[in-house]
Amino acid sequence: MPIREAVSEVLRARIEGLEFSEFRGRTRVVVPAGRLLDALRLLRDECGFDFLADITCVDYLNYRGARDRFGLVYQLASLASNERLVLRVPLNEPDLVVPSATGLWEAANWLEREVWDMFGIRFEGHPDPRRILLPEEFTAHPLRKDYPLQGRGERHNFPVLRRRDA
Amino acid sequence: MAIELPENVVVSKLDELASWCRKNSLWPMPFATACCGIELMATGASRHDLARFGAEVFRFSPRQCDLMIVAGRVVMKMLPVLQRIWQQMHEPKWCISMGACASTGGVFDTYCVVQGIDRFIPVDMYVPGCPPRPEQLIQAIIDLQDKIQREGTLTGAEFELSQRQQPKRALLELPILGQTPQYR
Ligand code: SF4
Repeated sequence: MPIREAVSEVLRARIEGLEFSEFRGRTRVVVPAGRLLDALRLLRDECGFDFLADITCVDYLNYRGARDRFGLVYQLASLASNERLVLRVPLNEPDLVVPSATGLWEAANWLEREVWDMFGIRFEGHPDPRRILLPEEFTAHPLRKDYPLQGRGERHNFPVLRRRDA
Repeated sequence: MAIELPENVVVSKLDELASWCRKNSLWPMPFATACCGIELMATGASRHDLARFGAEVFRFSPRQCDLMIVAGRVVMKMLPVLQRIWQQMHEPKWCISMGACASTGGVFDTYCVVQGIDRFIPVDMYVPGCPPRPEQLIQAIIDLQDKIQREGTLTGAEFELSQRQQPKRALLELPILGQTPQYR
C-alpha cells in the first residue's frame, strides 16, 4: 500500500482536522497544534516512522498566500521502509506553544531548543528549555522575518580593550 | 673624546637590542575560528616554513604566546573568549588580523558576526584576502617584525602612545540603504 493511504487511514480514524497533500512524491500532513503529540505517537507506533530526522520552522510573515505566521515542520523517516513524511503544524501569535516531543524521541531535545532559540516557539514539557546556539542573554529570536538581518546592535555590545588595559 | 673599540664589539641601543630579540622569536597564538585557519596551518607547515622567520612555534596556551593571529570570523559568542585570551597573553604582544572576516566581518554582515575585531582589541597588522595566501601572512609577519624593530622599546612605551589608544572606527552601525538603523 502506498505510504499516503496507509498513513491517512491510521490518522484519519483517530484525529480530525488533518490535511493531506503531496509534493514531489513527499507526503505532507498538516496537524493542528493540539493533536500534534497524538499524531506523532500514531506515526511512530503504528505507521513505522521510527526516526525523527529534523524539527524546524518557517516564518511566513509577508509570504504571498500564507494563512499562518509560522509553520513548524517535523521530518519523520522510517528506517525499515526508507520512507519519509513531513508533518506541519500551523502556529500563530500569541500562542506559540506546542507540546514537546522529547517523550517520544530523545533527539527532539536539541532540535526543539534550536527552534526555540531561532523562532521563539515554546515547547511545553521540554526538560531543558534553554537557548542552544546564541548566548543566554540574547533576547530576540533572529530567524524571525521581522528581526533585522544586521541585528539590533547586539554584535557590538561589548567593552573595547585598549593596549593599556590589557 | 673618541674611544677605541675592539674589532668584535658593536655599539647599539638597548631598545633596539630588545626589539631585535623579540622580533626574531615571535610565538604565535593561533586563534583560528574559520576557513582562514586552514591557510594558517599551511603557513605553519613545512612547505611555507615559517621557521625561516622565527615564528614557527604555535602555542595553544596564551601564557606562552606573544603574537595573536586571528584567522576567521569572530561571532558575538566568541568575542568574550577572544578578549579573555588576549588579556591572558603577556606583554609585549601583538595581533595580526588575518583575512577579510577578522578585519571587517567580510561578507557576513549579519546579526551575530563582529564587524572587525579591531573594534574590540588592538590590531597591528591586517592581512587582506579571503583567505589570504600563506605568502601574505608571512609578509605580514615580516612587516610586523619591521614594525617591532622600528618602534619597539625595552619598556613597551610604544604601546602607551595616544594614537594607538584611539578606536579605529566609529563603533556605531552604519545605516543600510533603505533601512533605518535600530538600537536597543
Ligand atoms: S576571510 Fe574568507 S577564508 Fe577567511 S574566514 Fe572569512 S570567509 Fe573564511
